[in-house]
Amino acid sequence: MRRVLLQLLTAAALNLPALGALAHAFLNQAMPPVGGAVPASPKEIRLTFSEGIEPRFSGIEIATGAGQAIATGPAFPDPADDKQLVLSLLAPGRYRVTWHVVSVDTHRTEGDYTFSVGQ
Amino acid sequence: MLAASSTGRARFALATSLILAHASSAVAHGFAGDRFFPATILTPDPFVADEMSLPTAIINPPSPDGSREIDLEADLAKRITPDLGLTLSHQWERLKPPGMPAVTGLGGTLNAELDYQFLLNAPHQALGLIGISTGFGHTGRVQALGAPDFTTISPVIDFGKGFGDLPESMLWLRPLAITGTFSFDFPTKTQSAGFPNPNSFNFGFSFQYSLEYLQHHVKDIGLSAPFDRLVPLVEVSFSTAVNRGFGGQTVGTIQPGVIWFGQYVQVGAEAIIPASRLAGHGYGGVVQLHFYLDDIFPNSIGRPLFRY
Repeated sequence: MRRVLLQLLTAAALNLPALGALAHAFLNQAMPPVGGAVPASPKEIRLTFSEGIEPRFSGIEIATGAGQAIATGPAFPDPADDKQLVLSLLAPGRYRVTWHVVSVDTHRTEGDYTFSVGQ
Repeated sequence: MLAASSTGRARFALATSLILAHASSAVAHGFAGDRFFPATILTPDPFVADEMSLPTAIINPPSPDGSREIDLEADLAKRITPDLGLTLSHQWERLKPPGMPAVTGLGGTLNAELDYQFLLNAPHQALGLIGISTGFGHTGRVQALGAPDFTTISPVIDFGKGFGDLPESMLWLRPLAITGTFSFDFPTKTQSAGFPNPNSFNFGFSFQYSLEYLQHHVKDIGLSAPFDRLVPLVEVSFSTAVNRGFGGQTVGTIQPGVIWFGQYVQVGAEAIIPASRLAGHGYGGVVQLHFYLDDIFPNSIGRPLFRY
């Protein structure tokens, strides 16, 4: 079994650099922060994931704290970092952010959180 | 004399390992909505997946007669279709009865479990899985380690529930999740070497508090790597014999611990605390290295064999 484990670890080690960012994309950082409050309207919502994402199959939707959808433009990837998804914003209020992303190896993940502006 | 005594101790080891076998074959992991369920160590996960645990190293608590047992387990889970999965597992054992030389070799049985994912409710983070598990007789050292000389067939039902759908007033409970398993053993021989093989009812639960869910889905409390990928948990597993002279005898353990998950692997460690006199005394421990084959090999062995 030790030999099998060593072979697997070797295979994983050899494959990981080649894979680059190939795994489920977990949310690593959110701005405004998850469950947080910001004093003034942010220029954008910026989500940073653990993996590169496919912008064609990824998005951010915004709703008020009461659940009413807010029309926004489409979220777009940061040209300098394929792990970041950006959405321009926002008037004072309480918001729910719902996101879904597909990582570059087609794994899909999703999530939501709330934050407040000027409250 | 030595052989007879050794056989008796081995039979005790067999009884406990058999009873706990189902709870030790946890390999699956997955998502339900925005809830990530890590692979738990003691209890099965309610998900089909492409994953491997190699190894799971267990130092068991001393048995009532003072025997010490160390196990090294390997589990491989493979999706046949997106909702149908097969899990294979086996273990190597080192059994050291007091005052006698240690015995080593394959212990327990080669287990195969076929599972079907019948429920995946994303908004409510709910999972359901049914399966049939088979522990094949004569796939371990029968005389020396008490491995079964009979096959056991067990229908299984597993569930999972994340509490991310709780109201805002219960914010801090949202990272909680519970998984559970129920199974019933049907041995194909009623007795072996004069000892009865009872039917058994097995059940177990894991109670998880995901710091990843707290940090990235509920409230940013400033956790950064590696702490934002930790899942403290407590697992419990019990087995109750229901007939053949063992009716009502229960074996169980309680295992508090923590799991850290990354992009390709997860690592878990738990203490093993006997929950009944039959399960031994003192303490033990378990560590597990677990690979997400679907993330390591997304374009080959990490995919279902058939899409439907």
